[in-house]
Amino acid sequence: MQIWPVIFALVLLSLVGFAVGQWRATVVLSRNEYLHSRPGHHGWYTALITFLPALVILIAVSFYLPHTIDAATLENLPHNEQPVDALSRQVALNEIQSLSQHSGILPSSPAMAEAAKNYEVRLRQATLWLAISVLGTAIIGLVVSSSQITTQFKARSIVEAIFMGGLSLSSVIAILITVGIVLSLLFESIRFFEKVPLLNFLGTSWSTQMAIRSDQVGSVGSFGALPLIYGTAFISLIAMLVAVPIGLMSAIYLTQYASLKMRRILKPVLEILAGVPTVVYGVFAVITIAPAIRAWGQSMGIDATSDSALAAGLVMGVMIIPFMSSMSDDALTAVPQSMRDGSLALGATPSETIRKVLLPAALPGIAGSFLLAISRAIGETMIVVMAAGQAANLTINPFKSVTTVTVQIVAALTGGDETFDSPRTLVAFALGLLLFIITLLLNIIALRVVKKYREAYD
Amino acid sequence: MIEDHQTQQVPTNWRDAAMQQRIKKRYAAEKRFRLFGFTTVIFALGFLVFLIGDVVLKAFPAFTAAEIQLSVTFDSTAFGLARTRADIDAAEYGAFIKAGLAKRFPEAQNRTTKRELRELVSEDAERVLKAAVEANPDLIGKTKVFWLPGSDIVELYVKNQLNAKGVVGERLASDTMLARLNSAQSNGELRKTFNTRFFSAPDSKHAELAGIAGSAKGSLLTLFVTLLAAFPLAIFTAIYLEQFAPKNHLTDFIEVNINNLAAVPSVIYGLLGASVYLGFMEMHRSASLVGGLTLALMTMPTIVIASRAAIKAVPPSIRDGAVALGASPLQAVFHHVLPSAMPGMLTGTIIGMSRALGETAPLLLIGMVGFFGDIPSSFNDGTAVLPVQIYIWASATERLFAQKTSAAILVLLLFLIIMNATAIYFRNRFEKRW
Repeated sequence: MQIWPVIFALVLLSLVGFAVGQWRATVVLSRNEYLHSRPGHHGWYTALITFLPALVILIAVSFYLPHTIDAATLENLPHNEQPVDALSRQVALNEIQSLSQHSGILPSSPAMAEAAKNYEVRLRQATLWLAISVLGTAIIGLVVSSSQITTQFKARSIVEAIFMGGLSLSSVIAILITVGIVLSLLFESIRFFEKVPLLNFLGTSWSTQMAIRSDQVGSVGSFGALPLIYGTAFISLIAMLVAVPIGLMSAIYLTQYASLKMRRILKPVLEILAGVPTVVYGVFAVITIAPAIRAWGQSMGIDATSDSALAAGLVMGVMIIPFMSSMSDDALTAVPQSMRDGSLALGATPSETIRKVLLPAALPGIAGSFLLAISRAIGETMIVVMAAGQAANLTINPFKSVTTVTVQIVAALTGGDETFDSPRTLVAFALGLLLFIITLLLNIIALRVVKKYREAYD
Repeated sequence: MIEDHQTQQVPTNWRDAAMQQRIKKRYAAEKRFRLFGFTTVIFALGFLVFLIGDVVLKAFPAFTAAEIQLSVTFDSTAFGLARTRADIDAAEYGAFIKAGLAKRFPEAQNRTTKRELRELVSEDAERVLKAAVEANPDLIGKTKVFWLPGSDIVELYVKNQLNAKGVVGERLASDTMLARLNSAQSNGELRKTFNTRFFSAPDSKHAELAGIAGSAKGSLLTLFVTLLAAFPLAIFTAIYLEQFAPKNHLTDFIEVNINNLAAVPSVIYGLLGASVYLGFMEMHRSASLVGGLTLALMTMPTIVIASRAAIKAVPPSIRDGAVALGASPLQAVFHHVLPSAMPGMLTGTIIGMSRALGETAPLLLIGMVGFFGDIPSSFNDGTAVLPVQIYIWASATERLFAQKTSAAILVLLLFLIIMNATAIYFRNRFEKRW
């Protein structure tokens, strides 16, 4: 359906509406020396009345029409070629669409060629209807609104009310996103747990390969998420072992020791690490770090796999350094200077001051950043997808491969099964729900801790 | 007791050997601590340098392509008598190449060696020949020397990377093939060129032909949708929350909500996109429209938070002044507060968009991963984006793909640097200090 020309025409009409409204208001003003609203407001009013109702119709029609066209086209197929399920329906539709768009393709049957022709005709009609209904509404809006312009007409109040409505509506979208996340995760998780018992999900065995279709007998597969949770925790632990000391110490160095000039250069440079896309870290982990770690492990006589928890954890740790560092930086600089001065005046060395005065005072803030960094590590996806591997091992050997919640979410939805009806794909949503709850809790706790701490010195 | 305690106290003798020892120890600890801090900073910086250096070094060879010289005879019987457009379209250009190769390397007689010969020239050579004939139909029936795009073997050969031992999945050339390449090299029939195809071609199964044009355009389309969807919504939300929202439970909830949304792992947004856009609204899988809308959900909270900070930085006196002179609250905000806050908002938006540009995980979940051999032409076409292309190439085993992975990373980082530099420029140039 050709929707862009219609949108273009609608926008053009609205601009015309603005010009007409403003011009008519100017005319009225020149005759009467009084006008309730500025001509610009009348212009906006006309433009909005032209645009908004037509937009509503445009959205409604363009969502509704494709479905009816598809259904009508398929209905006209001969009985023996009627699609039997959702997949064959999609295949048939795809063929009809590509037949009608490209000329060089050979149809699989004469009925298909006929359907493609029908489809094209319907599409053209639909476009026509869309254009007539949308632009008709716009023109009616334009005519009606521009005829309303009088000295007393309160265009400004109406325009401002519409704008206020738009403002408050858009802030509700933020809630809608959260509701959307929660509902979609919940809804699909419930469908998952209808097929796989909760006890299975809490087990220790993860092998989803067997569950190919839901109607297969005796092949539910095992969806024990514990190895995944363990793997996530294990890699996050390695990452935090890298990120916490380095992030914290570099924050201490930059805030307490480095000269102002040095800090001004080093801090943004460190922050570049945070701006590097995670897929780049992933490539780096899998191409450069993992082989090195494997060679290192083998030189020590440890049986190391090419996917290792250590490679993923180390690189993830580096990714989190700037995050940990800048949050600790904030916490340290928020400690009142008088506390530091007092300690130094009593003869403590700078490092004693930092360890015994600054760090305890900044501890809540640092703890908050620690929790946020953990939540980052848990939710990180690309590094582990590329470097940690798929094998669900319960191992404490960091040279072995482990798998994580996020890896399995990606694996479930990129495994080639595109419909959301087998437990193999639905498990992604159950894992997503788990991930969402854990990270949400961590964030809430972290924000509480930080907030409580801030109040102590204000 | 107290008196007793006081009488026992002796003034500290700072020159005492034990005391000197202790002070030395404390100063040593101080030095160690300081050095430790310095080391961590150097480690982080060193890692950054290592990471970028590694990428740049590995990316460098990807910008070189190889061409092979071949004398091609356009046999006029292949074109029909009329030599119409259709004849030119239908001619078997592969046969010309085969004939040319057989003439150049007459020692190849049996089927296997002939097939091996064909592997010298890239698939794309047929398109080059066809374009040449289309441009100049007089070529039909004549013989001309062409520089044709070389295959992956030729490309590796001119880069001295063929037969690299111990590389898993590496393309290996037979001895006869190597002999041919050596003879072609010594005759000056091989040459290195700048790899323009890398920037103009979509992804390909043939390593030597794969380019980033498809995924780069995919990224562009996706970001366009993201910007269009997230920017107005985020700005409106920020204005409402900062300037108009009454203080009540609902607006408190919205605030907490937005802060939490900014910390939700990106992969969750992918799940949301998969279930709402693909499952519920039945939009086109893998399309940049779906990708852009998914990233918009993720970027919106970031832009809202940055925009709110920018609005907050505008002193209330600006707004009050406007209202005192008779402006309506809406006019005061849109005519006075917003222009002052705009640089900060744009900075936040660019930073949010640069994060969206580098994002991979949510896009994998909505099917933007896989092989897309065309440059997308509409928002509904299936496409990859740059980071996903990097992910796909990184899992390929061929050496040329590994080089292209690094080159694509370089391009992505370049885009990110440009975006962030723009953001910093905006902030420094236009931000007002009150």
